[in-house]
Amino acid sequence: MMKQTRRGFLKKLSYLAILAAIPRVAWASWNAKAFAADELQKAIKEKFGDMPVIDSDAVTLKAPNIAENGKVVPISVKSSLENVASISVFVADNPYPLATSVKLGKSSIADISVRIRMAKTSNVIALVEADGKLHRTSQQVKVTIGGCGG
Amino acid sequence: MSISRREFCHLMAMAAVAGLVPGCTSNGANSKASNTFTSEKIYDLPNWGDIRLLHMTDCHAQLLPVHFREPSVNLGFNEAFGKAPHLVGEALLKQFNLSANSELAHAFTCLDFENAAKIYGKLGGFAHLKTLVDQLRGKFGHNKTLLLDGGDTWQGSGTAFWTKGMDMVEACNLLGVDVMTGHWEFTYQDSQILQNIKAFKGEFLAQNVRVKEDALFDGAPAYDEDSGHAFKPYTMRTLNGHRVAVIGQAFPYTPIANPQRFIPDWSFGIRDGEIQLLVESIRSKEKPAAVVLLSHNGMDVDLKLASRVSGIDVILGGHTHDGVPQAIEVKNAKGKTLVTNAGSNGKFLGVMDLKFSNGKVADYQYKLLPVFSRLLKPEPVMQKYITDMRKPYLDKLQQPLGVAGGLLYRRGNFNGTFDQVICDALRAVKDAEISLSPGFRWGTSVMTGDTITMENVLDQTCITYPETYVREMTGEQIKLILEDVADNLFNADPYYQQGGDMVRLGGMDYVLDPLGKAGNRISNMQLDNGKPIDTGKKYKVAGWATVGSKSPGAPIWDVVGQYLQDQKTVHFDKLNTPKLVNVNSNPGRV
Repeated sequence: MMKQTRRGFLKKLSYLAILAAIPRVAWASWNAKAFAADELQKAIKEKFGDMPVIDSDAVTLKAPNIAENGKVVPISVKSSLENVASISVFVADNPYPLATSVKLGKSSIADISVRIRMAKTSNVIALVEADGKLHRTSQQVKVTIGGCGG
Repeated sequence: MSISRREFCHLMAMAAVAGLVPGCTSNGANSKASNTFTSEKIYDLPNWGDIRLLHMTDCHAQLLPVHFREPSVNLGFNEAFGKAPHLVGEALLKQFNLSANSELAHAFTCLDFENAAKIYGKLGGFAHLKTLVDQLRGKFGHNKTLLLDGGDTWQGSGTAFWTKGMDMVEACNLLGVDVMTGHWEFTYQDSQILQNIKAFKGEFLAQNVRVKEDALFDGAPAYDEDSGHAFKPYTMRTLNGHRVAVIGQAFPYTPIANPQRFIPDWSFGIRDGEIQLLVESIRSKEKPAAVVLLSHNGMDVDLKLASRVSGIDVILGGHTHDGVPQAIEVKNAKGKTLVTNAGSNGKFLGVMDLKFSNGKVADYQYKLLPVFSRLLKPEPVMQKYITDMRKPYLDKLQQPLGVAGGLLYRRGNFNGTFDQVICDALRAVKDAEISLSPGFRWGTSVMTGDTITMENVLDQTCITYPETYVREMTGEQIKLILEDVADNLFNADPYYQQGGDMVRLGGMDYVLDPLGKAGNRISNMQLDNGKPIDTGKKYKVAGWATVGSKSPGAPIWDVVGQYLQDQKTVHFDKLNTPKLVNVNSNPGRV
């Protein structure tokens, strides 16, 4: 039998994912107002109304301290919480702070990876919606012009 | 072995009597350094402990002995205030109990530099280093020692540039380097890097370099396709029956501080969470007696990492070029970690002896030994290798360009004199109002009155992206650059620092408040003629070493070479160093 390489496996998997994606992914109804809001608090409010926000250790945000490329900053958010309804990522100092929002189905694992664009150094905020509350964690990601090292 | 020492002392004594040694104590006036080596047995370390780790780092391809002036300004703030590595001059001597006016004071500080350099001679050189390494391994037991190289080995000289790092790979093979990691190694094209690693007889380790997912998808080579590790993350070595794990940590910000275009498929980062998981997995699977991190993080990052990650016994560190005489003990959740930094340019060899008890590190002894070329006989095989390797390049290297009108050096938070020469050259040759030059920490020193050769210029400038530019920038853009670099140097959180020094300037001055917030550290920018720099106005700016894309102009060494030939004897009327606020009483400043 031919050895299954990781690469080959991933490729096959990605086709499956695309097929599966068409009927299954529950895209949040496009919240144009939230994505167009130009201030962090406004964007959060447009998205979640007055849902209470609490800082939480149950949310893990993985982001670089200094971005290798501000145009594609890899961000992962996962959570150990039960009943996660959605995961959103906000970039406080972007012209439009809401970078992404993913709605999760009942059997989904609360673990997403995205690449976001950052205009400049900013706090990145992850909000995990579960049981009517927003669980928050954040980290600063520096966007630098580079050079001059060591 | 030490015939050169005895001969040297004898010669020095005779010369002093004859009044031949300028500035020496015995001819009276101005030198403070005593004229002999004080410690007779500096390299006679007792055999102590179970294993010996020899550590070199950041040699920047200096195969021959060099003069390298340590910084007179290396500021630390907040938690780093007044602590190693942010101590210079007398403050460093006091902290580590070193005698003033001794050979150790010369190796570790900038004090009385030129006079002391005449007395104690050059440091480093691979032939001298080889003698020291062989002696320390031979006496202790070859099977009980490991030689680790923290990287920045393949860059920094003309020959390294022309051979694409291969001269250093060969030299490291002769030296017997067992394990290495990297930073400037990644400024060659990726295929070249892999080729060099293949030729290297030791192991190249880096837990924090990953092949990007899309590159993996397109078939880019990886050490481990499943984990995405581009290189082997750690190695297990058995020394004298004890299992020792060595993890490699490459410079986390390589694709930011240096061009990404040479290494488009690789992503870096500190990844301390992943180090913690790796340490735990090594501890449970491999049952090591010691876990060592061979790190190119820079010392401030290593000190923070040591407080956050537990289970590492020793971090052998580099990158920030800090010659720190002792290991720093850092407490963390489950114990403590030793953090060292072994200087640069081949000046030092770190010796970490570990004693085990019940399968764990129980005690240690650490020494950072300066490699005095006058105390060590060059090892003949290495010496011959270096001579033969250099032969085809000698004419180019030895081309005289001018004479040093004063001591030329770089290292320090702000413009060194050699930087000023580079900045002055850029302005003169390119007819620019302002010039910018990177705050690298490598670059050897040239003594007053010495001929400046092309080799000296290459030692200060030799990189794979040396092209120069002239372009118009607004005052606001210039401020943005200064603010950006200042934050890389003075951010209160070491994880946001990149470990270089402040960008060097020609033609303008400014006021710097290192304690200011990001974006608010720079003020009062003005041209050399005293005119304030207008944020909206455009200025003609020359520079080199652009990381984004290749610049169009001649390599910087040609620009500096031309300037030196025009000047004959090079002087610098003033250094464009900033006026500092909030630094009174900072022991990171002489």
